[in-house]
Amino acid sequence: MGAYGIAFGAAAVANGFSVLQSCLLSLLTFSGASQFAVVGVLGAGGTALSGIATASLLGFRNGLYGVIMAPRLKVKGFKRVVAAQVTIDESTAVALGQEVRGEKAMRQGFWLTGFGVFFFWNLFTVAGALGAQAMGDIRAWGLDSAVPAAFLGLVWPRLQSTRDRILAVGAMVFALAMTPILPAGLPIIATAFIAIVVGLRA
Amino acid sequence: MNSFWIATIGTSVIAFALKYTGHSVPEKFFAHPKVQAINALIPIALLSALVAVQSFTDKSKLIIDHRLAGLGAALLALILKAPFPVVVISAAIASAAAYKLL
Repeated sequence: MGAYGIAFGAAAVANGFSVLQSCLLSLLTFSGASQFAVVGVLGAGGTALSGIATASLLGFRNGLYGVIMAPRLKVKGFKRVVAAQVTIDESTAVALGQEVRGEKAMRQGFWLTGFGVFFFWNLFTVAGALGAQAMGDIRAWGLDSAVPAAFLGLVWPRLQSTRDRILAVGAMVFALAMTPILPAGLPIIATAFIAIVVGLRA
Repeated sequence: MNSFWIATIGTSVIAFALKYTGHSVPEKFFAHPKVQAINALIPIALLSALVAVQSFTDKSKLIIDHRLAGLGAALLALILKAPFPVVVISAAIASAAAYKLL
């Protein structure tokens, strides 16, 4: 979590975001893949709209986690707002993992993981953003490779089946092939439609 | 307001709206297996595309440069089941070394 937060803060600044904007993304968006995506798209010269669209497509899964978690947490009002904000991969996974040990352990797992990740994610984002700001030429520090490596690290555990791997390679080839033709950012978003087609045919 | 601010605020607003909507709709709404399948596949497509674009493009041009070394190191680290920080750091070191040598 620490290194990942540092990597995000550094990547955000390396791609043209200010330290304040990087920190706001971690506080308010609070979803690693979405944050890396918006930073990556704008860094590649994409428009704000294509950055937002790519990040939001990745954020869609947090909505599905919310659907799973809501009947288990049973919270209303402000507590629901807080619960929604910390509904991410980690908190949902831990909660579902604790479910066999009862409802109380499950809720505890959700809140502890959610708050814990929120705290450290934001702390390390600040560190990474300030660090990258002090670096100067990011290429000399390998930061321009840290971002794609982070994406690769995120996608790697998701490649469970042959279909997943074919989709991954197909999306890479498609995005590269479209890069000289489409405006920056669009080649990335367009691959979501490939995923939808593959999902519908499954 | 420049595009970085629009992206920061827009991404944040929609990210929260998606999370909150999830907590507020009936469960069966998303129970369809095809929705579940698409939900698992979209991150794979987008993240893979981002890997490729961030490694092999410069603006709208395709290019192979020092970042290839970084990607190779990351791939090797993942094949060796290295933890996430090691993946990112080895990519950075390999890329920085290639940048200095080339």
